[in-house]
Amino acid sequence: MARTDGLWRVLRGLALAAVLVFFLFPIAWIVLMSFQTNEQILQLPPRVVFTPTLANYAALISGKLHTAAGDLDVPFLRNLGNSVLLSTASVALSLLLGVPAAYAFARFRFRLGENIAFTLLSFRFAPPLLVLLPLSLYFQDLGLSNTYVGLIWVYQLICLPLILWIVRGYFEDASPDVEYAYRVDGHSWWRAFTRIAIPLAGPGIAAAGLLAFIFAWNNFVFALILASADKQPVTVGALAFVTASGIQYGQIAAAIMLSILPTLALALYAQRWLVEGLSLGAVKG
Amino acid sequence: MAEIPDIAAAPPARAGMRALPYLLSLPALLVCIGILVPFGTAAWYSLQRYNLAMPYLRGFVGWAQYLDLFTDPSFWQTVKVSAIYTGATVGVELVLGLAIALLLRERSWFNNFVSVALLLPLMTAPAIAALMFKLMTNPNFGVLSWIIGKFGATDFRWASAPSSAMFTVVLVDVWVYTPFMMILLLAGLRSLPQQPFEAARLDGVPARFVFFRITLPMLTPYIVTASLFRLLDSIQQFDIIYAMTQGGPGDSLLVFQVRAYLEFFQYTNVGLSAALMMVLWAITYALSNLFIKQWLKLRERTHGAH
Repeated sequence: MARTDGLWRVLRGLALAAVLVFFLFPIAWIVLMSFQTNEQILQLPPRVVFTPTLANYAALISGKLHTAAGDLDVPFLRNLGNSVLLSTASVALSLLLGVPAAYAFARFRFRLGENIAFTLLSFRFAPPLLVLLPLSLYFQDLGLSNTYVGLIWVYQLICLPLILWIVRGYFEDASPDVEYAYRVDGHSWWRAFTRIAIPLAGPGIAAAGLLAFIFAWNNFVFALILASADKQPVTVGALAFVTASGIQYGQIAAAIMLSILPTLALALYAQRWLVEGLSLGAVKG
Repeated sequence: MAEIPDIAAAPPARAGMRALPYLLSLPALLVCIGILVPFGTAAWYSLQRYNLAMPYLRGFVGWAQYLDLFTDPSFWQTVKVSAIYTGATVGVELVLGLAIALLLRERSWFNNFVSVALLLPLMTAPAIAALMFKLMTNPNFGVLSWIIGKFGATDFRWASAPSSAMFTVVLVDVWVYTPFMMILLLAGLRSLPQQPFEAARLDGVPARFVFFRITLPMLTPYIVTASLFRLLDSIQQFDIIYAMTQGGPGDSLLVFQVRAYLEFFQYTNVGLSAALMMVLWAITYALSNLFIKQWLKLRERTHGAH
């Protein structure tokens, strides 16, 4: 290998450059588009150097689009708010339910314990529409269709397995000896759980929460089926945007940027735990 | 597993302690049980003639619905399209992901930068990713259309032509999910023991031999787990295809979930859509059993210290 070292390094650099271009170009291009006017976007050949405009973002944030056909209301900020609300509340509920369960599976061997744990895991792999289509009929009867409560409940299907299995791994990695000693001192299991186990698994719990937030944010199909426009998150809202008449391309690009920025920022922040989250706790980065 | 000390039994055991693990885990299960009910309902619907537009015709038909389904060419079109989509995405993502992981194997600031940059597509919502490519392949101003036009492909119509629609959605899937493969395989590569590679280097073993006889076999558990994981998700793909073309043009992209969605909401055929979903469920159930076995092996390797 030593003889061809120079050539090898050049080829490797070229390959990595191609990889970077392929994976970053779409995002970079949409960023450019989001700062262009409709006229600039429609010019061929496409421009890389242009006078940027903030009009697209301003229109989305003010909620009013001025078009040739008149003013148009854009509920995009509402979609953004829905995304924040649905993802945050779902993750909070998942942590509340999932962390104690993860502790139980990690620390106790009990009848049906593994069965329950695997049942919860299997939700991650069932086709979502199998459940969603009948559920949409039930939700109409229960008065849960198009409510935040109903959506947050269904979002548990993605958040709970993730949190349960990642946090379980962290509880298993922490030695139970410390808790054991603490309990021998006469403290209740509850104090051992809240004072010893949770702080020890703290980073894992935080990471699992962040990842569950990203996956909840990126979910599309739940709200598509169970919510109408005023409860829909950005993923569904942005799509409705494309088909709305009179919407300009730059505004779609700006809406895409506002939709993906939160998860991209969180992902960069949580990158250390991403491998673990993506493999549901089976591989560590 | 057997060595986990049972701390419930260690301090003075009380009857209440025995119920504790159930009390801790049942709320999580109960919340999800509510979601299991619709699963049973779907199974029941799949045995019925049930169209929301014609409620008076509703009735139990047993397996007839499945028999109709299996003799319907449009069902086999769905099977075919799903198989092509799944095979193409997982195949391309595995090869590309493995190649990139091998390139990034050494830890250096540049390699770390590339692997972090590749997280961005993966963290983009798939439905939004489809939207991004929709803008970029627009025939009037799309930059990708313009680029391939420069190379002479002026009549390539991306997602709006039946011949290239599959290519377009596979491209989006590859853009989003190749980093998933890359990231898991890179973690696997970096966790491999170094001795075999050092020994091979000292002995002057050729690189090709090292790759096929050492790297690949040692990496197999990671490759199998990551591929099965992607297989399970890919065969259920909905977001990218729905956001791009809603299954069109024609029936060229009607994969299982998109077709079930359209049967339900466009043709209000609840029974047929439930039967379609049951078929998909049977496939994913078999695959997920395979996957969980592999996944548990890896998990034990990672958390197996105790």
